[in-house]
Amino acid sequence: MSAFLAIIRRDLLLAMRRKSEVLTALFFFIIVVSLFPLGIGPEPQLLKKIAPGILWVAALLSTMLSLNRLFATDHADGTLEQLVLSPTPLGLLVAGKIVAHWLTSGLPLVLLAPVLGVQFDLDASALGILVGALLLGTPLLSLIGAIGAALTLGVRGGGVLLSLLVLPLYVPALIFGAGAVEAHISGLGATGHLSLLAALLALAAFFAPWATTAALRVSLE
Amino acid sequence: MPFDPGNSRKAGFDAGFLFRTPISGTIRPSMLSVSDLSCIRGERRLFSGLGFDLAPGEWLHVQGENGSGKTTLLRALVGLSPPAEGEIIWRGEPTHRLGEDYRREMLYLGHHGAVKEELTPLENLKLAAALDGRSLDDREAMAALHRFGLKGREELPVRFLSAGQKRRVLLARLVTRNAVLWVLDEPFTALDVKAVDMLSALIGEHLADGGLAVLTSHQPMPIPGGKVARL
Repeated sequence: MSAFLAIIRRDLLLAMRRKSEVLTALFFFIIVVSLFPLGIGPEPQLLKKIAPGILWVAALLSTMLSLNRLFATDHADGTLEQLVLSPTPLGLLVAGKIVAHWLTSGLPLVLLAPVLGVQFDLDASALGILVGALLLGTPLLSLIGAIGAALTLGVRGGGVLLSLLVLPLYVPALIFGAGAVEAHISGLGATGHLSLLAALLALAAFFAPWATTAALRVSLE
Repeated sequence: MPFDPGNSRKAGFDAGFLFRTPISGTIRPSMLSVSDLSCIRGERRLFSGLGFDLAPGEWLHVQGENGSGKTTLLRALVGLSPPAEGEIIWRGEPTHRLGEDYRREMLYLGHHGAVKEELTPLENLKLAAALDGRSLDDREAMAALHRFGLKGREELPVRFLSAGQKRRVLLARLVTRNAVLWVLDEPFTALDVKAVDMLSALIGEHLADGGLAVLTSHQPMPIPGGKVARL
């Protein structure tokens, strides 16, 4: 358990020392979301309707930006080999890395989303559902993305391949995440969507570290 | 080139390769024994039929031209890339079955720096220990860094250090990790004369304490009592 906390601490410390990488993905999210109201114009009804979809698509793309560096920097400087050869089970270290990735790239999106949601004339209760859906959905993005990042490790042009591999897998998160907010706005209630998101998260939390570990071992051979 | 024991026996200070070497008169049981190992990289068979035994206090010098498979042998030995054929036995058990128990007793330092440029030498050393599930206090970590001549640079991010100093940060793990088997790929690269002497002395101490070492190097090794594998 101390090794699990140590790898989270290590990755957070590295993110602190390389702030630009974390901030790039965040500003990308802010700018993409802000472009839509500017481009479409002030039509509250229309903006309200497209808001959940736009916020979620921007969150997916912003997560993609930061996925590359999840294992690539450790691979390049040889520390990934040391993680694989550590007496600590690799699955535990991988889980720690995924948690650290969510803390630096997922959690900030959750915190920014309500501020950006105001631009789309979402009311307080809809913003609450949006935050809840993102809180369940963004860890899912980190978990699924980690599998893709491990599979494309060391592949030339891995960034594009990673997007092609991972974005289709993000579709369920997008549908249920954006659907939760839409359902709430139209008065249907978001419980069903949120429950499905939570179920997906539980499933991914169980299988993704294991699959990522297997993919890493193959990539390192 | 296939492995040829006859050839290796002619080389240098080979003290009975492929045989259990009696050290100071007694036959010690081997701790690491490799038999009939062959590795394939891409389409090419790098070596086959390689075997050796190492008892406590013995070390193996892996020699060969560039591209002859030295690093591949070392990676197979530590379990990073499984060999095509053959078995690696540690304390009487195959290493792939031992898993964590083997990795706890083994330390591999490869070509790569394996240190984080953004972190300081002290942070690197302490975090590496923490990831291995060991606690390392400041005093121990400092002592290891001072031993490698990094006094006054403990709190400086590694990216400000020279190539040789980065290498020393990595090698400091030899002191802090307490491994029995050291697998070192070109440990003397980028080191100055003083550091080479220091590292040789350190490996000597490790062997005297009953440790084992497998290393590749193009230089003649100033450590006595080694076996030689020529690829």
